[in-house]
Parts: sequence; structure tokens; C-alpha cells
Amino acid sequence: MMQLASFDFQHNHFQLFGLAQSYQIDTAQLDQQYRALQALVHPDKSAHLPDAEQRLAMQRATLVNEAYQTLRSPLRRARYLLSLHGVDTQEETNTVMPLDFLMAQMEWREAVSEARQARDEAALAQLETRLQRETRELEAQLAVKIDAEKDYAAAAASVRKLRFMEKLAEEIHAAYDAIDN
Amino acid sequence: MAYSEKLLDHYEHPRNVGSMDKDAAEVGTGMVGAPACGDVMKLQIKVGKDGVIEDAKFKTYGCGSAIASSSLVTEWVKGKTVDQALEIKNTQIAEELALPPVKIHCSILAEDAIKAAVADYKSKHGAVVETLACGENCKE
Repeated sequence: MMQLASFDFQHNHFQLFGLAQSYQIDTAQLDQQYRALQALVHPDKSAHLPDAEQRLAMQRATLVNEAYQTLRSPLRRARYLLSLHGVDTQEETNTVMPLDFLMAQMEWREAVSEARQARDEAALAQLETRLQRETRELEAQLAVKIDAEKDYAAAAASVRKLRFMEKLAEEIHAAYDAIDN
Repeated sequence: MAYSEKLLDHYEHPRNVGSMDKDAAEVGTGMVGAPACGDVMKLQIKVGKDGVIEDAKFKTYGCGSAIASSSLVTEWVKGKTVDQALEIKNTQIAEELALPPVKIHCSILAEDAIKAAVADYKSKHGAVVETLACGENCKE
């Protein structure tokens, strides 16, 4: 069990939770470590201490939460891991994606838009199932590219693709909401 | 957030929405995407024998700023030669539409879409195009 005295702000998120630095992680272990750390750093425990100590406690709790949210999400975990390797995923600046991928994105968006207009929940459900399957495939590719091949440039391209998938999932949820209302 | 009248006009009445035959020799197609917001943009130009862009069409899935940016550039490229079209800069688009700073990437997307469309057109006509060589990005 970690002691508060050994809490180190210089540790990266993986070190913070005592996890090996890899894309594939044991999420059950992460959850367990998070709960233990959260109990340890909870600001309530420092309520009786001087202001400076309380501020520090708040910073520790914030870092633990931020680190947990980052590692829990496959997309954010990959992006963070790549940043540790000095690789920028260029999600803001890189507009050049493989043509077939962009064509497929266009078709996805058209299909979601059509299902939304036709108020066709069955079609949306089908799209969602397909999206989840393709998202899992991309995540599986990320595991291979990062952990096995250590091809971080290729992994960055996969992260960019995953961002589009995330957007599609949002669009599908928005379409469900529009149909329900 | 307050948007400019020009932006709203292009968003509410987008110009030149549609598609052209991507396999036609006189048509150049540019497909680009912005991972940060999941926007996808297709811009097509139809080029006459004199090298002047006769027509342009776009299809964009994205926010209002992305739609307005692509609508605007379809108007701008018409009547220009393909090389003149390459001179359109995202800063001009952003300025014309008074894009807020968080939406600058939409104008970058539109500029890149023109470059990609011209590159596609030129590649059909045997010119060596290096502007949008994919390099690492297209590697699967």
C-alpha cells in the first residue's frame, strides 16, 4: 500500500498507479489502484492541516483523477503513451487521412444522417454495432503498433482514426436523442 | 459565441453543395478530415482545357464553420487557374468569415481540401505532385 509521503508529482500516470507502461493494461488493477489512491489522497483528510497542505492535497487528488481518466480511455491512454515517447498525434493539424478511410467516414455520416431523418432506430442500432466492432479493431491494432511493433508514427495515425470513430459515436447518440424527442 | 453575418449566410445558404464524377478526367477531388472534431470535407473542382476552374462542388460533414469555409472556397476557386487556387490561404478564409480562434482549423481544412483537389487533378494529368504526399500518414 502506497504511503502519502511517497506520492511523487514527477511520476507519470502509469508509475502513479504502479502499472507497466504499455497500451494494454489490466483495467481491473487500474480501478483497484485508483480506489486505493483516491482514499489516500482525498482532500477531506487534510481539512485540519494548514492551507499549503490543503492545496497540495487538492493537487494530488486532481492529478489522480486526471491520470485515472486518461488511462481508463483507450484513446486517451494511447495519446498519452505516445506523448511519453515524444510523438504528437497531430489531431489538430493533420488533415491527410487515407482516402478510403475518409470515403468510409463520409458514407458513415450519410447513413447516420439518413437514419436520423427517417427516424429509423433499427438502422441506427446496426450502425452502432458496426461502429463498435470497427472501434475495437482499431484498438486492437493500436495494441500491436504500440506494444509489439513500437511503431509510434503508425499508432498516431490510428489515434487520429479513433477520433473520427468517437465523433461518429456522438453523432449516433445525437440521432437517437433527436428521434426520442 | 457571436458569428459573423457572412459565416451565417454561408452556413444557412451553402453554395455549390453536391458531387461530380470523381473518375472524370477534368475533375479533381480532394478529401480531407480533421481528427480533432471529426469533420470530413470533400471538395471537387472541374477544370477547363485552359486550366481555369469552371465549377466547384463540396460536401462537408462538420460544424457550421467547416460548412461555411468549404462553401466560401468553392466560390473563390471558380474562375481561378489551378495554380492560383493553390494560393488561397486559410488565413484569408478565416478573415473573410471572421472565424473565432477555436474554429481556425476549419479554414485549414478548407485550404487543405483545395490543395488535395488540385493535387488529384494534376496527378490525373501526369504532373508530379508533391504537395500532399502522404508519407507516414497513409501507411496502414
